[in-house]
Amino acid sequence: MLRQVQHERTGEGFAVEAVDLVKDFGETRAVDGVSLKVPAGSIYGLLGPNGAGKTTTLRILLGIIDPSSGTRRVLGRDRPLDAAAEVGYLPEERGLYPAMHTREAIAFMGALRGLPLGEARLRADRLLGEHGLGDWAKRPIRNLSKGMAQTAQLLGTIIHDPRLIILDEPFAGLDAINQARLEELIRREARNGATIIFSTHVIAHAERLCERIAIIAEGKVAFEGSVDEARGRLRPIVRLRTRAPDGPWRAAIPTDARRQGDEWIFALPEGGPEPLLKALIDGEAGIETLAIERPGLHDAFVAIAGDAAAAAMGTVEAQA
Amino acid sequence: MRMLRSAYVIARRDFAATVLSKTFIFFLLGPLFPILLGGVFGGIGARVATQTAQPVVAVIGSDADFVRYSIARNGLAEAVGDAQVVKLIYVPPVQHYGPATPEHILKEPRTSVRAVLYGSFEEPRLAGKIGREDPVARQMRVIVRNAQSPKRDGPTLQMVRTSAPSGNLVRDRALTAQIGQMILFFLTILLSGMLLSQLIEEKSNKIIEVIAAAAPIDALFLGKLFAMLAASVIGIVVWVGAGALLIEYVKQGGVATLPPPAVGWPAFLALGIAYFAMNYLLLGAVFLTIGAQAATVREVQTLSMPVTFLQVLFFGFASTAIGTPNSTGGLAAAIFPLSSPMTMLARAAELDELWPHAVALGWQALWVAVILHLGARMFRRTVLKSGPRVRWWRRAKA
Repeated sequence: MLRQVQHERTGEGFAVEAVDLVKDFGETRAVDGVSLKVPAGSIYGLLGPNGAGKTTTLRILLGIIDPSSGTRRVLGRDRPLDAAAEVGYLPEERGLYPAMHTREAIAFMGALRGLPLGEARLRADRLLGEHGLGDWAKRPIRNLSKGMAQTAQLLGTIIHDPRLIILDEPFAGLDAINQARLEELIRREARNGATIIFSTHVIAHAERLCERIAIIAEGKVAFEGSVDEARGRLRPIVRLRTRAPDGPWRAAIPTDARRQGDEWIFALPEGGPEPLLKALIDGEAGIETLAIERPGLHDAFVAIAGDAAAAAMGTVEAQA
Repeated sequence: MRMLRSAYVIARRDFAATVLSKTFIFFLLGPLFPILLGGVFGGIGARVATQTAQPVVAVIGSDADFVRYSIARNGLAEAVGDAQVVKLIYVPPVQHYGPATPEHILKEPRTSVRAVLYGSFEEPRLAGKIGREDPVARQMRVIVRNAQSPKRDGPTLQMVRTSAPSGNLVRDRALTAQIGQMILFFLTILLSGMLLSQLIEEKSNKIIEVIAAAAPIDALFLGKLFAMLAASVIGIVVWVGAGALLIEYVKQGGVATLPPPAVGWPAFLALGIAYFAMNYLLLGAVFLTIGAQAATVREVQTLSMPVTFLQVLFFGFASTAIGTPNSTGGLAAAIFPLSSPMTMLARAAELDELWPHAVALGWQALWVAVILHLGARMFRRTVLKSGPRVRWWRRAKA
């Protein structure tokens, strides 16, 4: 399974580089100046609400569509289709030939990416066995459950040991167990040297898996960097519970602090925890509990992409 | 090379999916039903037509007179064919109701007698509701004349066969051209329509995304085109086999009794296969392009009728070349890519030069590639919404 890593061919260590991508559909600008650099061998998340331009960006990177303007380089090639044999792709809207046998469907996807058919069939058998679908190898896709069909398509995506795997909303429609399995599969592929790019609107997956992320909102990249860098854009969150409901201590907390139950929640003031603690004690707050938390990616996302984008994404959280 | 490999992978899948499906049996059997029905009803119709078309003339007279008339009648039949000459039936002069009269016989509904020959052998008369120049009257004049003065057997006519085409051979070749062209047209119209809906499955199942990310759209088009061509060839092999058997049965002289084409049967059949493939690929590439724009089966069905008329139009254009393959119209039909295969097959039946066929096949192959490439570009642009937005009116201004 361990593939030969050839990232030196990609130049500067990036599996994918996109510069100022623009895509117009009629009067609508779906992608507006997107620039990305995906380090080879990393797990890279594309975050954004529905309609933000994630799928269009991925389709441009794959060469399914050409951009209205801008350039992209995939595995060192200017034309993404030239690298097709080294790329795996799982589209958002899953698609397999319903009448095809599971094994043949997976082998077909491998053959399409350059594997000889005999080799592709052997690999399909092995992958199906490894993922508990061995008994379904010779049954038509239409007989598989939705989860099984998604697994089959994912196996077709990685059957040729691609160096770059692009997954569009891979967790959508999966139950908690299958989401955990998919996370593990993504980690394993990355350990074996593959670069993985996936889009999601479930921030928890990105937080758990990604080394780097890009937050896309309204067709633009609002942020690109590591998850820590995204979190670093926010000050730590303070959760405070006091015995005194009011008093001089209130001057110590920011005016935009919000009340949640009997807790006050606010960003740690610029001075840091010590002056805050002193002001609370001096102001006779009667501290019951005080917690200083590192902000989550969700908080960072809200801050970076704006409340509107966060609202569009909803409060979807991973089931896992 | 990568494109051809991808096209092969797609073609293999499509071919297997088509040929190994249960519906392919019905596809194979479908055209055989009209052939069988045509054979059965054609046979019945021919028999009925023979019965109704051959006029009957009743002869009232002596046995000896009837024998002489019959000998004269058979002499005429030997020259022009038995079915073309009136049938004579003998009516004894005395019937159970009294003397036989023309009025009685003509009124008899069961016999369908057109005319009655009566009177003495020296002065016969023909009664019936027929004019003087009616074919029955004209034939009876010849029969009566020959019966009254039978010819002696003359010298045997010696036959000398020449290699130069006679006027009849030229006409036969035009007939072969016409038949060849019609077969090509019907096979293509039967088979290429399937290509209209070839991309619906991929589009509705979203497999198009997986394929478009892995292979050029040109490869998808090429693969689908050749897969359906291969499936069609299987169909044709079955149908031609059944058709040849039917011809063998109907003509009782074998397929070789058909009028000979100018290039000879082996070359004509080889060219027929090549031109069918080209006709299929050319029209198929156009239909694949048109069908690829359709989003639903309903849209494909709506497109079917105009596309069929389009085929008829090309067939009509190609058929203008029959009889005059080197006329301006004939050459134009041979050059226009979508009528070229049908025109050139007709030409092969009429003229024995082979080099124009090599040129034509190359020309047609070039157009297959051009149409496929344009179709793939159009698909990427309009269906996948790929590429920069170019407005023609802005381009025109620039």
